[in-house]
Amino acid sequence: MASVMTAPRVATFDLAEGGVRPLNAFLHRDAAGTAKVIAENPDGAHNIAVGVDAPVEIEVRGHAGYYAGGMNKQAAITIFGNAGPGVAEGMSSGTVRVKGFASVSAGAAAHGGLLVIEGDASLRCGISMKGIDIVVGGSVGDYSAFMAQAGRLVVCGDAGDGLGDSLYEAVIFVRGAIKSFGADAHEEPMTEADYATVRELLARAGFRHDPRDFRRVASKRELYHWNADANQEY
Amino acid sequence: MCGIVGLLVKKPALREQLGELMLPMLIGMTERGPDSAGLAVFTAPVPEAHRKLSLYAGGGDFDWIAFEDAARHALGPDSTLAVQANHAVLETSSAPDKARAWVRKRYPQLHVLSAGRSIDLYKDVGAPAEVAARYDFGKLAGTHLVGHTRMATESAVTPDRAHPFTAGEDFCLVHNGSLSNPYSIRRQLEPLGIAFDTDNDTEAACRFLEWRMREGDTLEQALQKGFDELDGFFTFLMGTKDELALVRDAFACKPAIVAETDDYVAISSEFRSLARLPDVKHATLFEPKPEEMYVWRV
Repeated sequence: MASVMTAPRVATFDLAEGGVRPLNAFLHRDAAGTAKVIAENPDGAHNIAVGVDAPVEIEVRGHAGYYAGGMNKQAAITIFGNAGPGVAEGMSSGTVRVKGFASVSAGAAAHGGLLVIEGDASLRCGISMKGIDIVVGGSVGDYSAFMAQAGRLVVCGDAGDGLGDSLYEAVIFVRGAIKSFGADAHEEPMTEADYATVRELLARAGFRHDPRDFRRVASKRELYHWNADANQEY
Repeated sequence: MCGIVGLLVKKPALREQLGELMLPMLIGMTERGPDSAGLAVFTAPVPEAHRKLSLYAGGGDFDWIAFEDAARHALGPDSTLAVQANHAVLETSSAPDKARAWVRKRYPQLHVLSAGRSIDLYKDVGAPAEVAARYDFGKLAGTHLVGHTRMATESAVTPDRAHPFTAGEDFCLVHNGSLSNPYSIRRQLEPLGIAFDTDNDTEAACRFLEWRMREGDTLEQALQKGFDELDGFFTFLMGTKDELALVRDAFACKPAIVAETDDYVAISSEFRSLARLPDVKHATLFEPKPEEMYVWRV
């Protein structure tokens, strides 16, 4: 059989030279067969490695701007720096790992996959999450998991004000202090299944904590139905 | 959307390079604010009895030579003028209120952009790179500066509605966001005799905070009252004669990031505008928290 063109095993893009588009165009069209794609000098550029649908490993060697790894499917993306707003927003599978801290709305509205933030996450981490698993090595800011519908948020540090406001069926596990709960969120007893869940997610994220140190936060489900007697006070 | 930038150099040797270090920061925020740009730079103060007024002549030709002659006659022979395109900085030993009133009366076409012993201010419509070239921002020297790139959302694109806004002396403010109660703030201030130059929401915040400080509040006390009174989305960056101050609203709706090294404190809306700073790879980076006050002193 005649030899066929093979994709390079490792492809490197210097974003300071060519910007983000050549990287994303390669990831969208030509990444099949490539094991690893490296983005050098990201320097806070927006939309790095968005919309990837290929089982490729992507290394972002520096700080990323808005929406890095957004809408990811399959890819394993590591940001060797901090991430801007909306990292891994809308992800449906694969992993995004942030070695530094993440700005607001990390993992927003994402359906699946795993987002690991080794540092802190800012406000609204996991807002409207729909099935993604998020593990934060540090603390999360105010209003995290706001209106979160499905998936698990594991916080190894502390949680800010209004945690889990208007939660649906997502579940939050917090190791540190919780400044305040949002409307309809409360603490529930940990079950054996919860300990197993936390153990598994910590192992996948690579964090060594005792699952017994975590508390479970879930919805009281009191907002699920209209209550005329509540007098609009929740 | 808008972009904010701030830079404070810690080492006196770097003061000559302030503008040069800042330039890529401002231009790096072009996508956040392509319609106007402005900058306030704080220099070593002029003598105690002197004041500087930053003046803007608008479009068309303005006879700055005749203006300087007239200023020497009216405000004193030691008055000097440094012209930069259609901006100029007038330094005079005349009382600031008198100088301001004279300019307003004799030259109604001039805008007084700032007054004080340290502040020089330039702002205009156009892309940040164009505005920076027009006024030679790269050559500016000083201890600290506050810059802005504007994408107008709630008042017209004109030079006087570009940021920074000033009030009183040696105080300026830039804003990313939008306020929802600027008119109630104005209705609170106007009966006190505080006049507004524009219909811009940011000007209300600027005049509110300066009014509080004139009433005796420290910057921190004024900012606390700002949290109580100003409603809306904001990242505010402020400059005083010897400070930079940053606050964000309770929801941290608008971005901000700080990079600090032994040489400088740099503030921007986004990291991409800090990426060209020397040694930024080893800087301490953090995102300011909502409703916290960050103040850096020269």
